Formats: sequence, structure tokens, C-alpha cells
Amino acid sequence: MRQTTPQQDLLRGLWRENPVLIQMLGLCPALAVTNNVENSLAMGLATFFVLCGSSLLVSLCKRWIPGEIRISVYILIIATFVTVADLCLAALLPDIHKALGAFIALIVVNCMILGRQEAFASRRPVGRALLDAVGTGAGFTLALVMLGGTREVLGSGSFLNVPLFGPSYEPWVVMILPPGGFLTLGVLLLGLAWWEERRRERVKAGGVPAGADMEPSPALGMSLSERASSRGDAA
Amino acid sequence: MSEPALGVSASPHVKGGDSTPTIMWSVVASLVPVVASAIYFFGPSAALLLAASCAGALATEMCFGQRGTRRLCDGSAAITGLLLGLTLPPGLPLWMAFLGGAFGIGFGKLVYGGLGQNVFNPALLGRAFLQAAFPVAITTWPVRAESWWSLRGDNFALPLMSPATQDAFSGATPLGLMKFEQTATSSWDLVLGTTAGSLGETSGLVILVCGLYLAVRRHLEWRIPASIFCTVALLAGGLHLLDAARYPGPVFTLFSGGLMLGAVYMATDMVTSPVTHRGCWIFGAGIGLLVIVIRLWGGLSEGVMYAILLMNALVPFINRATQPRVFGAIEAEGGS
Repeated sequence: MRQTTPQQDLLRGLWRENPVLIQMLGLCPALAVTNNVENSLAMGLATFFVLCGSSLLVSLCKRWIPGEIRISVYILIIATFVTVADLCLAALLPDIHKALGAFIALIVVNCMILGRQEAFASRRPVGRALLDAVGTGAGFTLALVMLGGTREVLGSGSFLNVPLFGPSYEPWVVMILPPGGFLTLGVLLLGLAWWEERRRERVKAGGVPAGADMEPSPALGMSLSERASSRGDAA
Repeated sequence: MSEPALGVSASPHVKGGDSTPTIMWSVVASLVPVVASAIYFFGPSAALLLAASCAGALATEMCFGQRGTRRLCDGSAAITGLLLGLTLPPGLPLWMAFLGGAFGIGFGKLVYGGLGQNVFNPALLGRAFLQAAFPVAITTWPVRAESWWSLRGDNFALPLMSPATQDAFSGATPLGLMKFEQTATSSWDLVLGTTAGSLGETSGLVILVCGLYLAVRRHLEWRIPASIFCTVALLAGGLHLLDAARYPGPVFTLFSGGLMLGAVYMATDMVTSPVTHRGCWIFGAGIGLLVIVIRLWGGLSEGVMYAILLMNALVPFINRATQPRVFGAIEAEGGS
């Protein structure tokens, strides 16, 4: 197992190993509910809560979870927190709860959450597990808001329901429909891959500036085994 | 060291004079009468729209295309831009046409790896994107303007802004009239093209002549349009005989909407059509069947675009299923 510092645990999930943009996990909610910023933010925060709670509990209980049935136990723990999130949203923000619909309940089967339990929380101390959950959850929320923001600006001409372009804006209807989710995610990944390639070329060109991190790049630098372990066996 | 008496070289040994640019530019040349008739029917709006969609296609190709090749000179992006422009209604804002051209080249061609790699016809993909993004603007058909010089709609709407509403001027295409109001348009109008519709949807006769020229020069697989026309004529004729009041006759079906343009120029795209002769017949028959199904029983009045895109997706399977037997090969026994 790689030795990591607490800072790495926290920051890794935010960008360099972003669950949606780099690891391609949890794509169902990322495509399904990101038609505007509000829904994306709610979905991201709900997932954030579930991830932190389950990582904490799994890490606390790791000694007493038998290896043979660990996946079922993880799912039970995750489902508990999902139910809490579901009921809270229904009570506090009924409109958003209605808009997200079944996708709240489907957080249970979000492979990103299960992956973090299997790959990280079940093997690390509580503090580290929580840091990792916070970073990964924030990264997930960030990715969802990027997707939702792009789709809302183009598809409705607004951001967080605030009109940006005035009344005569012609909305791109396709962007708030399912194809818009695929298109936006594709373009985002394309941009990231292009940026990563540029960065590598710069590093290869020899002009590595002092202080630039020499870690392997997140997108393509992880070895296959590392990728598999960070995805979790069950995901 | 003398020259060997027997020359040995890799195949192919017999080569034609054609190259990608010569074929592409001859297609562009054959489009000139179609473009001219679009401008004749729709005035300056047609010229502006065609220029905008070409500009979108060429700019995308120039910015994101492979470097180090003569990519702009091979004419394929110009064809995509022209064909896309011909599928647009004359009143569309120019920025939408530009966006469609950029999307068609960017997402229809370059993301697959450039010329020759794409699965779907780039022009139709651009048009499908516009249809999904701006469903109202792309189905607004202006009636004939008062003079040839006047614009046929709000072409100069600012980028990202919607065109000024022109409810009073929006007419209906022959297909829309047939589908939603059960009014037939006279065949003679359809053949000549003096009807409302997209830039290239109207002049069936001109497109047919241009297609014949390309077919004679062997730059166009004549089997595909022939197969489409036969399928459509047979199906439309049969249904017309069953219930003449409900189903339009074969002449109307052939010359209305984008069938001529689609069959002659879009379905025959060399990249996205089958390579075997048998495959071409199957491909065309599939398009014809889908066109009839979408037009008569679907929610849209026109189905050529989706018919071609759907059949494009099947081309790899058609190619595999229609592989000719290699000369001298014997069928494997037991079919294992």
C-alpha cells in the first residue's frame, strides 16, 4: 500500500483523482441530475454526506466486519445514511427532493462510495478515512456543479436560476435533455485530456519548474493495479 | 547492376486518377446548380446561410483538424458545410448555422479521428444537433417574401439570441400540409421546387440532374439512391393504392421534403455508406423503409435525416454481413 500524507488524502479526490472526471465513477447521477446547478449541488452534497458518514462508520467498525460479507455490510451502512439524507431532503427541500426523484435512493449503489469503503476506509485509521471522504465528496460535488453549470448556462441561459442573458436568449434545449449530459461530460473530459497532454509535454520538454510536482499524472499516470484498487473490487 | 526483368511491387497495381480532393471538389462543383437554385428560390438568405454553415465547418476544421495535412484543401469540410446549409430553413439565424457547421465537423468528424473515420454523416449530425437544440427555429418556414432581395426571416439575430418572432409569415412545407392538414401540393410544384421548405429541399429535379452527373463520373454509388427511390416508390405506391385519402402517392413522397437531397448527397457519403454492392442495396432499402415509417406514422413530418443517421449506425454490420466470398474459397463445413 502506498504511504500517503494527510494532505494527499484530503486533496487527492478533489482534482487529481476526481471520482467523476478522472476515475469515471458515479456517472449515473453525474449525467442524470445535472440539468441545472441547484440539482447538481443538492445531489453532490447528499452524496458528500453519505460518503463521509459511511467512511467514518466503516473505518470505525473495520475490525468487526468479517471479510466474507463486507460488501453487504458496507451497503447496509451506506443505505442507512442514504435514508437519512432522503428523509432530510424530503422534509427540508421538498422541491429539490421531487426533482432528484429516484436518484437520491440510488446513491446506495453509487460505485464511487462503495469503492472508497473497499479501497480506503476499511484499511485506514478513522481520521484518514474521513479526510479521504471529504476530499472525494467535494471532488464529486465540484464535478457535478461544473456539469450542471455548463448545462444550465447553455440550456436555460441562467446560473442558479439567475438569468444571465436577458429575455431574448435562445435556450439550447438539447443541453438540459439527456444528450446534453453526455455531450457536456465528453467535452469536459476532452478538455482535461488536452490540458493533461500539454502539461506532460511541458514536463518532458525539460523545463520542469522548481516546485512542480513530479507525481504521476492522475488521468493516465496511475498504474492499472492502482486504478483497480482505487476503484474498489466491487465497483 | 541491371534492372530486373520482372518487376515486383505491392498491390494495388492498377490505379485510377482520382484522389480524395478531386472527388470532393467534383462533388462541390456538382452542388453549384443546387446552391444556385436555393439562392434563386430564397434570395440573399440562402447565400448567407450557406456561407455561415461553411464558415463554421471550415473554421472548426482549421482550428482542430490534424496538423500537417492539406486538410482544408481536400474539400470535405466545404461539402459538409454546404450540405448542412442546404438542410436549413431559410429564416434561420446565421449564428445557428455557424454552430451547426462547427458541431458537425467537430463532433461528427474530428472526434472520430478525421476524414474517413466517422460513423455518421457530419452534415446530418450538425443538423440533428440543431434540431434538438433549437426545435422551434429550425421548423419555422417563411412563405415567399415580397421581393427577391428581402430576407426570409431574422437571419441577423445576435449570437445566442432568439430570432424575432414571425408567426404571421410562417408557412408550412408540403409534408407538414399533408401530415397535419391533409392538403396535397401539386406534383408539378414539387418537381420544380416552388414550395416552402429548406434551402435544398425544394428543387428535386435539379438535384436529380446533379446526381446523374456524379453517377456518370463514378463519384457516387448509384445503387444507394436507386435503392432508396425504389423502396420509397414501392411502399408509397402500395399504401396509396390501399387508402388514397390517407397516404400520399409515390410522386409526392419522392419529391417532397429532403428525400432527393438526402438520397443523392447524404446517403451516398463514401465514408458512411457500405462498401459492398449488396450492402448498398440493403442500406438504401433500410433508409427508404425508415423514411416511410417516420413520415407516415411518426410524430415528425420529415424523417430523411433520422433514417440516414440510423442506417449509418448499421453500416459496419451491413459490411460484415455482405462480405463477398473470396475467389476460390470453400465454405467451411459445419459452419463453425
